[in-house]
Amino acid sequence: MLNSAIEIKNVGKKYNIAHQRGGYVSLRDVITNILKNPFKHAKHKAKKALGRIEKEEFWALKDIDLTIKKGEVIGIIGSNGAGKSTLLKLLSRITPPTTGEIKISGRIASLLEVGTGFHPELTGRENIFLNGAILGMTKKEIVERFDDIVEFSGVEQFIDTPVKRYSSGMYVRLAFAVAAHMEPDILVVDEVLAVGDAEFQKKSLGKLDAVSKAENRTILFVSHNMAAIQKLCKRCILLEGGKIKMVGETKKIIDFYLHRQDKISKLPLEERNDRKGSGNVRFTKCELLTPIPENNTLKLKLSYKNKTENTYTDVKISLSIKDSNKEHITNITNNVLNQRIDIQKGRGDIYIEIMNFNLESGKYMLSLFIATDKMNSEILDSIEDAFMFNIDNNNFYKTGNLPPTRSKVLFNFTFENNN
Amino acid sequence: MVMKTTILKPKKTFSWNDFKEIWEYRELAYFFAWRDIKVRYKQTFVGIAWAVFQPFMAMVVFSIFFGGLAKMPSDGIPYPIFVYSGLLFWQFFSSALSETSNSLVGNANIITKVYFPRLILPISGIVTKFVDFGIASLILVGLMFYYNFTPSPIILLVLPLLLFITFITAVGGGLFLAAINVKYRDVRYILPYFIQMLLFVTPVIYPASITGKWSVLLAINPMTGVIKTSRAALFGNAPINWELLGISLVAVLILLVIGIVFFKKTERYFADIV
Repeated sequence: MLNSAIEIKNVGKKYNIAHQRGGYVSLRDVITNILKNPFKHAKHKAKKALGRIEKEEFWALKDIDLTIKKGEVIGIIGSNGAGKSTLLKLLSRITPPTTGEIKISGRIASLLEVGTGFHPELTGRENIFLNGAILGMTKKEIVERFDDIVEFSGVEQFIDTPVKRYSSGMYVRLAFAVAAHMEPDILVVDEVLAVGDAEFQKKSLGKLDAVSKAENRTILFVSHNMAAIQKLCKRCILLEGGKIKMVGETKKIIDFYLHRQDKISKLPLEERNDRKGSGNVRFTKCELLTPIPENNTLKLKLSYKNKTENTYTDVKISLSIKDSNKEHITNITNNVLNQRIDIQKGRGDIYIEIMNFNLESGKYMLSLFIATDKMNSEILDSIEDAFMFNIDNNNFYKTGNLPPTRSKVLFNFTFENNN
Repeated sequence: MVMKTTILKPKKTFSWNDFKEIWEYRELAYFFAWRDIKVRYKQTFVGIAWAVFQPFMAMVVFSIFFGGLAKMPSDGIPYPIFVYSGLLFWQFFSSALSETSNSLVGNANIITKVYFPRLILPISGIVTKFVDFGIASLILVGLMFYYNFTPSPIILLVLPLLLFITFITAVGGGLFLAAINVKYRDVRYILPYFIQMLLFVTPVIYPASITGKWSVLLAINPMTGVIKTSRAALFGNAPINWELLGISLVAVLILLVIGIVFFKKTERYFADIV
C-alpha cells in the first residue's frame, strides 16, 4: 500500500490576468471591435500568436513539490494571494494544473464553502440530500447518517421548512452538519470555520478534531485562524507568492509567519505590494495621533492619494482590527453611521476617532479598505494588515491601575457596597 | 481495500473514461434532476399550469391569427390540433435548448466549489422538460378526442424515437452554446431571439408542404423531420418518411459529437472564468 495520500510534483498554475478580473467578455464587444478595426484586430491576433505581446499572465502557484502522508493533518497558511485557495482548487479538481502532476490516492472531498448547492426553495431535509450528493456522498450514506446530521445541526424542528425561511445561523449550522458527516479518505477544508456564532465554531472545530483523529484520514486545512491551525495540525506549510516558503512543525512555521507579517506591516504603506483593488485611490500613510489612547479615545490619520481626475463621493472606508493571533475583533465603517466621506483629487487625509477604545494592552493589526460605495462596486484599495500598533498601559479605568490580566476587552463597570 | 488513485495533469486527453465517470456520478445527476423537478412542481398547481399554459396559449393565438385570419393551410387537419402537435415538440426542444445553454452559468456557484463531470448538469437539466412534455401532451390527447382522431399504433414506436432525436438536438446544440455562454456572457440575451427565429424555419405553424422546392433546405433542420413524422403518425395525413428521419438521426448524432467535443475542450477551464 502506498504511504502517501497526496503527491504533488512540480505543480504550477497560471492565470491570465483578464480571467482574474471576472474573465468573460461580451460577444458584442468582440464583434464591434472586429468590425471597427479589422486590421488592428488581425494584427493584434497575429502578434499574440507570435508571442510579441507580453501576455498578461501570472503564476498563482509555481514549483510546488509536496508529499502528504496518509493520516496526516496538515495546515496551510499564508497571506492573501499567496496561493492557498488555488492549491485547494487544484486538489479538489475544480481547475487543472498548468504544469506538473498531482497523484491522489483515496476518495477526496473538498469543503471550500459550506452549503454548496443549497436551494432556498427546498426544505432542510431535501437540502441535506442534495448537498450530500454534491459533496460526494452516496444516497445510502446520506440515509444512514441523516439522523446524526439533523441532530448535529440542531434544526430538527424546522427540517421540513424551506431553507429560505431559516435564519442565517440555522442555515450555516445545517450546511456544516452535512459537510461534517462526509467520510472521505482525504478532506480538503478551506476557511469554512469562520462561519456561525462562537459556540458553533467551537463545535465545528471539535468535530474536525474528532474527524482528524479517525484512522487514516488525511486533512488539509486552510485558515487564517492560527489558534485553530495550531490545535489541529502537527505539520504546516507556509505559502508565499505562489511558492512553498517553509514546511515544518506548526509552531515553528506560525511563529516565523507572524514575525514576517510584522516586518511587512512595518514597511511604509506606499511600498506595500500586497494590496488589492483598482489602485485608483491608494492609502499612503496611516498614523496613530495618540500613542496612548487619551481619554480612552484613539485618534488615527489616514492619508490617501487619488491617482485619477475624479472626485469619489460617498465612498466606503473600512478599518478592521485584528489581534496578534490574527483573530478578527471588529470593523469600523463610515457607512454604518451614514457619515459621508468624499475623496478629492490629489492627496488628502481622513481623520478617525475611536471613542471608548476598550481593548487590552497588546499588539493590534489594522487592515484598510476603500471602495467607491457601500456595495463595493469598485474596490479602490485594500491592504491586509496595513498597520500595526501597540496599546501599552491602557489607562482605561483612569485610576492609574493596570486592568486585570487576561482580558481581551475592557468594560466599564461599577462596584457598590450594599450595607 | 484498494484505494482509488487519481492523477491530475495539465492536459487530460479526451477518453472513454469520461463516460465511465459520468456513470459513476449518476446518483448526483439523479439528484440534480430531482432538485429541478422538486423546485418546479413544488407548488403542484402552478407547476402543472405553467407546463400546460405556454403551449396552450400559443395554440390559441396561432389558431386565431394563422388558422382563422390568415387561412394558413394545414394539410386538411383542423388547425388547432395541427399547430398544437408541432408546438408540443417545439416547446420541448426550445426549452431544453435554453436550459442546456444556461446549465453552466446557472450553476456557477457549484462548479467553482465542487468537482463532478460537468456534462451531467445539462443532461439532468433536461429531465424536467420531459415531465413538462408529458403534462402538455395530455392536452393533445384531449384534442385528439375532441376532433375524433385515432393515431396509428405506430406512434408508440415513433414517439420515443422522435423524443430521442429532439433530446439529442437540444443537447448537442445546447452543449455548444453552454460553452460559448461561459465565455461570452451576452450570448444568453441573444439566445431567446435566436430560438424565436428557429421557430419560423421549422414547420410548426405551417405545413412543410407549402415550402415547395425549398423544402430541401428545411430538411436540414432536424426538427422538421421530427414534427413532420409526428403529424404523419398522429393524423395519418402522409406516410412516414423514414428516410428523412434517418437523415435527421445521423445529423443530430454528428451535432451531439461536435457539441460534446467542444464542451469537453473548454470544460476544464470553466471554473477559471465562470
